[in-house]
Amino acid sequence: MPEHSEHVVSPKIYLSIFLALILGTGLTTWAAFRNFGPFNIVIALAIATAKATLVVLFFMHARYGERRTRLVIVCALFWLAIMLALTLSDYQTRQPRMSRLLSRAAHYAA
Amino acid sequence: MRRGVLFNATFSEAKQEQGVHRTGELYGQFQTLDQQKESATFGMWIFLVTEVLFFGGMFLTYTINRHEYFTAFGIGSNTLDITLGTVNTIVLIMSSFTMAMAVWSAETGKKKLVPLFLILTLGLGCVFLGIKFVEYKQKFEHHLIPGRNFAITYRSSHPAPGDDPKEIALEKEEVEKAFASDPDANSHAQLYFSLYFAMTGLHALHMIVGAGLIVWLIKASLRGRFTPQYNTPVEIVGLYWHFVDIVWIYLFPLLYLIDRHR
Repeated sequence: MPEHSEHVVSPKIYLSIFLALILGTGLTTWAAFRNFGPFNIVIALAIATAKATLVVLFFMHARYGERRTRLVIVCALFWLAIMLALTLSDYQTRQPRMSRLLSRAAHYAA
Repeated sequence: MRRGVLFNATFSEAKQEQGVHRTGELYGQFQTLDQQKESATFGMWIFLVTEVLFFGGMFLTYTINRHEYFTAFGIGSNTLDITLGTVNTIVLIMSSFTMAMAVWSAETGKKKLVPLFLILTLGLGCVFLGIKFVEYKQKFEHHLIPGRNFAITYRSSHPAPGDDPKEIALEKEEVEKAFASDPDANSHAQLYFSLYFAMTGLHALHMIVGAGLIVWLIKASLRGRFTPQYNTPVEIVGLYWHFVDIVWIYLFPLLYLIDRHR
């Protein structure tokens, strides 16, 4: 793969990405006022991730850049996933849970 | 001291002659302009990885607390002004677009367009910060700053003359419901606002740093410094600016939209 950083992205692409991002903002605000039960947060985060992906790929030129840049992005996501997954699994499995400690505090206050 | 003066003199001479340290835009440690640009861009991406983990820690704290104090976070979120939040999201996306256009103008050698797009970006960034200031002021007036006088019930019991009575009644009902299921809802709502101010404050700080960098770019671009051969500063400040935009793309649904379907 030739390592050449000069790939000019045309304003047309920038404009369509911009419009897609505005559309995504409208969509997420619209969806927030409807109740999809447990999927509320899934929908909100899916739209946010789609928007973020568009920004990274086109505005930040990851789609046109070198493979090395893509490796850096994957690394960032990988380390972020480690931090989120391990910490959240700890909170999910550890006893006693925070809420139990706090309900005791409420008991003393009463 | 003396040595420093001497060194500076030699350095500026070298710069003037464009000899030892730098040839045109090419610094001595690089072989080609392409290599120089790749190195700078790579460095910026590495920095952004550390930023992802930095903000990631805050999002993690948010997730854990939101999970524990679901109701209190919901009422906290519903006190935010959704119109201002949505407008700010659009303003920030527009500024990302104008920043991308500034990069394009520099790459294609449209020297007059570069400062124009940068000034637009700076202006939109300032509009964002201005709206954020209005929102913070509102929270201050509604006693929603974490601390001694924090009261999630304040607004529904002290409505201002301009407030919509229907909205206030709805908020009152919501807050009462929250207290019924969580007697400590006031302190848990404080947790929400601590995170709200920490996360949006850190984001705003990044915007201020970005605005400073753009001012520096505007100055250089007015001197016609950026060309198709040399536009690395515009490119990497652009990367930073888009990253700050991405942080907001996640902050907006997580802080403003989590419990609107009432």
